Amino acid sequence: MKEIIMVKYGEIALKGINKKTFEDMLQSNIKRRLKKIGQFGYERMQSTIYIEPCDENADADAAVEALKKVFGIGAIQKCRVFPKDIETVKANLGDCLKDAFQGSDVKTFKVEAKRADKTFPLTSPEIQQQLGDAVLDAFPNLGVDVHNPDVTVRLEIRDNGAYLSAKRITGAGGMPVGSSGKALLMLSGGIDSPAAGYMMAKRGLIVDCIHYISPPYTSDRALAKVRKLCEEMTDYCGDIMFYCVPFTEIQEAIRDHCPEEYFTVIMRRLMVKIANRVCKKDGYGAIITGESLAQVASQTLYALGCTNAAAEYPVFRPLIGMDKIEITDIARRIGTFETSILPYEDCCTVFSPKHPRTKPHLDDVLKAEAVWDFDSMIEKAVEGTSVTRYKYGEETVFIE
Amino acid sequence: MIYLDNAATTKPCAECINAVNAAMEQSFGNASSLHKLGTASIEIIARAKKTLLGALSGTKTPLDGNIIFTSGATESNNTALLGVMQKARGKRIVTTAVEHPSVARVLARLEENGFEAVKIAPRDYADFTEALADAVDENTALVSAMAVNNETGFKIDVVRLYENVKRKNPKTLVHIDAVQGFLKVPLAGDLISVSGHKIHSTKGIGALFIKKGINIPPLILGGGQQNNMRSGTEPVELIAGFDAAVRAYRGSEEHFTRLKGYLLEKLAQMNDIAVNSSGNCVPNIVNFSVRGVRSEIMLHSLEENGIYVSSGSACSKGKKSEVLPAFGISDKDIDCAVRVSFCAENTTDDIDVLCDGISKTIERVRR
Repeated sequence: MKEIIMVKYGEIALKGINKKTFEDMLQSNIKRRLKKIGQFGYERMQSTIYIEPCDENADADAAVEALKKVFGIGAIQKCRVFPKDIETVKANLGDCLKDAFQGSDVKTFKVEAKRADKTFPLTSPEIQQQLGDAVLDAFPNLGVDVHNPDVTVRLEIRDNGAYLSAKRITGAGGMPVGSSGKALLMLSGGIDSPAAGYMMAKRGLIVDCIHYISPPYTSDRALAKVRKLCEEMTDYCGDIMFYCVPFTEIQEAIRDHCPEEYFTVIMRRLMVKIANRVCKKDGYGAIITGESLAQVASQTLYALGCTNAAAEYPVFRPLIGMDKIEITDIARRIGTFETSILPYEDCCTVFSPKHPRTKPHLDDVLKAEAVWDFDSMIEKAVEGTSVTRYKYGEETVFIE
Repeated sequence: MIYLDNAATTKPCAECINAVNAAMEQSFGNASSLHKLGTASIEIIARAKKTLLGALSGTKTPLDGNIIFTSGATESNNTALLGVMQKARGKRIVTTAVEHPSVARVLARLEENGFEAVKIAPRDYADFTEALADAVDENTALVSAMAVNNETGFKIDVVRLYENVKRKNPKTLVHIDAVQGFLKVPLAGDLISVSGHKIHSTKGIGALFIKKGINIPPLILGGGQQNNMRSGTEPVELIAGFDAAVRAYRGSEEHFTRLKGYLLEKLAQMNDIAVNSSGNCVPNIVNFSVRGVRSEIMLHSLEENGIYVSSGSACSKGKKSEVLPAFGISDKDIDCAVRVSFCAENTTDDIDVLCDGISKTIERVRR
């Protein structure tokens, strides 16, 4: 008996005439993820993708784990495929369902049958009845509840076999990565920015990352940590382009020529200005940041206003209304937290003022910024930016 | 490249590399094998033990005892401390507040198990060696002290310590962590830990000297190699390299003293630099604070110019030193502490380049 995986769409099931575009994108995203695991065959019908392992090495459990991180998937079900003979299904029922019925919280079930192949001798209600009896025989402690069952056993009779499943795993939800275009995430190395990237990838954006380095004020280890974060984010985001911007000269110029209380807000504005250039050059439609209102001095309403004024693209701040605990929960769930808390200095804390302005006015900030010709420095920084591609599932060596 | 981080590790010398190579090509036998190849390995190990005993006995009191080879000084320290205390009658251990984690953490574990560790800080005593011996009482089973501190180069008079401890309580055993002191200062002790890679041998090899008549249980159990004191097939190649590196060691106190003097002279010409390595320090380690420039920034700035130094102790990877406060160094100066450590190959030219780099960094960073 072979095993297959059914992938049910999330939101894209509700799309109209352009649904096929989204479906194609989801399927190609899935294919790219599963390529690393083995050979799989794909078939698509009725808002479901049927994935079938095609070779010995194609591990269905590993595939399910990878699929859980693919945006656009509503639910994942592993099925056993039987010959279209109700007696064979009944005979193997106990063995196939024991995983799903494990655990003390499972007390009730129902059977749902679908008969796509109308030549099958039993009708759907008949199948349900017979299978229900068989389940009760195999698991005498269970009861039937057709309204609110703990487990739903599903049998689909299709052209090429009978598909039995019981366990439904919730998918990552959202939209297929790439279906919404691409945006540039300002990745600092902290806890927040990877979480912000994750959230926007969930809405279908390709998330590429921009990071600013200030050697000797920041170290190779700090950069290695950010690279590691990029690599970890590929689990959900797919391939990531990583832009690494040399930022030392700009930071030194800010320190030497601007009032200390505006260091951070001017630095943030110049980072955004560099991101503007990269967006324009490489076709990004938005900038993503991990800012959360009032978290630090540079994220007050006023400071965000000043930073935002430098942006020439929409700035997405998916964490704006979250507190640190909620953000940390996301970072833990997506597996970036442990890397984020490694203790290396990032560029945001270099020369950070003792008493930053929490209510900067844009006019004052612009005046403070105007004392120096930052434009040519920005140009130089963009020119000196290096770009690396992080491919899904490929590990780089990281120095702890 | 100007390498001034020799207290973290040293570059393996040519003699070591050749010996490792030769052993791998010609004497790869298992020392436990009964055939000729095994015998050849036994000979390499025996010769290395002799070399080490000779090097440890660089004083008037020749050391008599056994050498066991370990994976490094961390294992040597663990073996010594856990072994001694497993059989100890007394509950008290006298130690310093500036030990390496491979001693300090083991003692912390022993404290959890009911032993008492008395930690003496150098900042509190004019004669620290005396203070350590003074703390010994009839209940003291062990004194564990490092011959030379890895962060500042601070040294204790190990020979005098040993004599004084034995005078106060002949039953008290003395363990010396000689990782930084080996081949630099006269040594004495009932147990002495040394490491290969600090003296131009390879990483992965160390040794523990155990004085004749002292029996401690082994830390690692298995096939009973090294008289059952350290199971595991002996790494003959690394032992051969260790032997060669000890014999070829070229560092001299005179050379180091000249380098340190030159460095201190040049540092004195710069503003606002505090030297953290006092008079009672070995000359090959110099710790100083460039006020207004955080250690890490100094380190990376020098690195940009191909100069390698350390911010405090390289083992602690970015964590703040727990040791420097015990020398009476202020938090502010700890933030700016840089450690420079020499080997025989360093020259005054290297120090010129270093000081040039420091000046430039100060100019760039100190505002």
